[in-house]
Amino acid sequence: MSSPTEIPSDAGEPADENRPPAAGPATQLVTAVVVVALGATALTGALNLGVGSPAKPGPGTWPALVSAALTVLGVLLAANARRMDDAEQFTRTGLLVSVAVGSMVAFVAVVGVIGFEIPAALLTFFWLRVLGRESRRTSIVVSLVLTILLYALFVGALEVTIPHLF
Amino acid sequence: MSPVLDGFAVVLEPVNLLYCLVGVLIGMLVGVLPGLGPAATIAILLPITLGIEPVTAIIMVAGIFYGAQYGGTVTSVLLRLPGEASSVVTVFDGHALARQGRAGTALGIAAIGSFIGGTLSVIALTLVAPVVAEFALDFGPPEYTLLALLGILLVATVSSGGKLKALIAAAIGLLLATVGRDGFTSTERFTFGSLSLADGLDFVPIAMGLFGLGEILYTLEERHRVVHAPTTVANVWPSRTDLRQSSGAIGRGGVLGFLLGILPGGGAVLASLAAYALEKRRSRHPERFGHGAVEGVAAPETANNAAATSSFIPLLSLGIPANATMAVIFGALLIQGITPGPQLVTEHPELFWGVVNSMYLGNILLLIMSIPLVGLFVRILRIRPSILAPITVLITLIGAYTVNNSVFDIGLVVFFGVIGYLMKKLGFDPGPLVLAFVLGSLLETALRRSLLMFDGDPGGFVTRPISGTLLVLFLAVALAPAVRTAWPNRKKPFDPSKETV
Repeated sequence: MSSPTEIPSDAGEPADENRPPAAGPATQLVTAVVVVALGATALTGALNLGVGSPAKPGPGTWPALVSAALTVLGVLLAANARRMDDAEQFTRTGLLVSVAVGSMVAFVAVVGVIGFEIPAALLTFFWLRVLGRESRRTSIVVSLVLTILLYALFVGALEVTIPHLF
Repeated sequence: MSPVLDGFAVVLEPVNLLYCLVGVLIGMLVGVLPGLGPAATIAILLPITLGIEPVTAIIMVAGIFYGAQYGGTVTSVLLRLPGEASSVVTVFDGHALARQGRAGTALGIAAIGSFIGGTLSVIALTLVAPVVAEFALDFGPPEYTLLALLGILLVATVSSGGKLKALIAAAIGLLLATVGRDGFTSTERFTFGSLSLADGLDFVPIAMGLFGLGEILYTLEERHRVVHAPTTVANVWPSRTDLRQSSGAIGRGGVLGFLLGILPGGGAVLASLAAYALEKRRSRHPERFGHGAVEGVAAPETANNAAATSSFIPLLSLGIPANATMAVIFGALLIQGITPGPQLVTEHPELFWGVVNSMYLGNILLLIMSIPLVGLFVRILRIRPSILAPITVLITLIGAYTVNNSVFDIGLVVFFGVIGYLMKKLGFDPGPLVLAFVLGSLLETALRRSLLMFDGDPGGFVTRPISGTLLVLFLAVALAPAVRTAWPNRKKPFDPSKETV
């Protein structure tokens, strides 16, 4: 979609000043291998489903066509890996992302058990204080207010059956 | 003419008026905020549309889409920070004008151009869409097979990432669409024995994850610039000279935008780039561009609104979404139990004309509101992304639950959020994946029906006139790059994205 980094470079500053640097051919090659593996696995699965014949297409016909195409595209990607520079390096900032994902996984794990209020407040606090480096006061106020608003919206107004404590 | 007039009656119902206003306001807001685009916003709001009437829901969702085209301008002009990809070119001359103290002129011209582009496009849409739909009523499975394939190919061809990666994303989208019970034989495919997967993957968590969460995770890695915005914007009304200077640009931008919007893969981004390139090329003083030429603001801003509106034509008349945002709106319609296609005009005239006519109203609302609200938008920009991110995340996670009342869906959103992040990181545009996923089951069904029809002979696609033509088009688009590499000395074809940057 859109991000400030999409300003074309001739408009002044360099385009990617606040993004990690571009990744080399190795990253592209690994990507291509993953794509080929995905295509090959899907192709095996599709063949096991039964491909039928053109006159009588089976459940595996279409998946087989698509996964074969995917495998070929993956091979093409591998062949072009050297010339591509559209990927980003995984740098230390990537750790931030994995921590963020971890917090959401934890949210999913407990929401069905103890309701959404406490996990929601904790998740917001964590994102604000740890990931966003906001002040302690801002973090507490925003997370509490947001949880109350979400409760009012989803439980109060929309009467959704989201698991909740109160 | 009476269904058209009934459509106005639908728009004037208080609920619809309200949601139209809500839609364009949200649209302008996300247009102003860099980061979340209209596709992501609509995806995140999909659960909320469940509780509303179909017409009302789509009126709101459409408002978000074209409203975002207005909002993106404000930050381009004032801050050199395009809120939307479709306002990127506005930065060049818009911000140059702002530095000369003429920010008001730039915003005024943009608002007027947007209004004219949007409104002309609605009028053209009113005339064109029913005709296309009637023509498409004769389409059978072979035509739909090729139409869907052509749509996916075109979207992949013009997508922001590399073409190869866009095609890979599309193929993965098509594969994901096959997960679940096969509609013909009830065989379970790629479900790995999971009951939750037996009914197939739902569109909502995929769109919410790839567009919404993926985008948020991606921006987590960004160091944010401090925003310094001018506090007041003076003299919004453009002078008569400005208007005279930009009238041609507005006219050409509108027509170009309308045409590019209809094309699959076209849409607002391409239209704004092409319109800017056209004006620069036509101008007798191209050196003025980039230093505050009013036409450089008028043309792309008119074009992106015209394109945003006209990209509804393939969706509402053929049932083929032309870009990623239209794919999400397609999903919104499906959730409401409405399959977009040529029957839409005749079977749901109130929906069709209600939505189309709401765009007149929406454009008027945007014209009236966009200038007075500039101050407010600038203040909203001061809200730090570190505060906005957790709010968006929670709305997304809880919203995902509400669609099917299932915690599994929240897990899916997180999963696709990670996929979306990795895709953006590795240079894949998630747009083609979502679009291909949406079209996947239609495409497979159409292909299998065609093969049954033709008794397994693929030659049947060639002998039917419309599907034959579509096949030729498909091959032309698919093979064009290969031909270009074979004759590298030939003159390069017009490429708007390279023209302007």
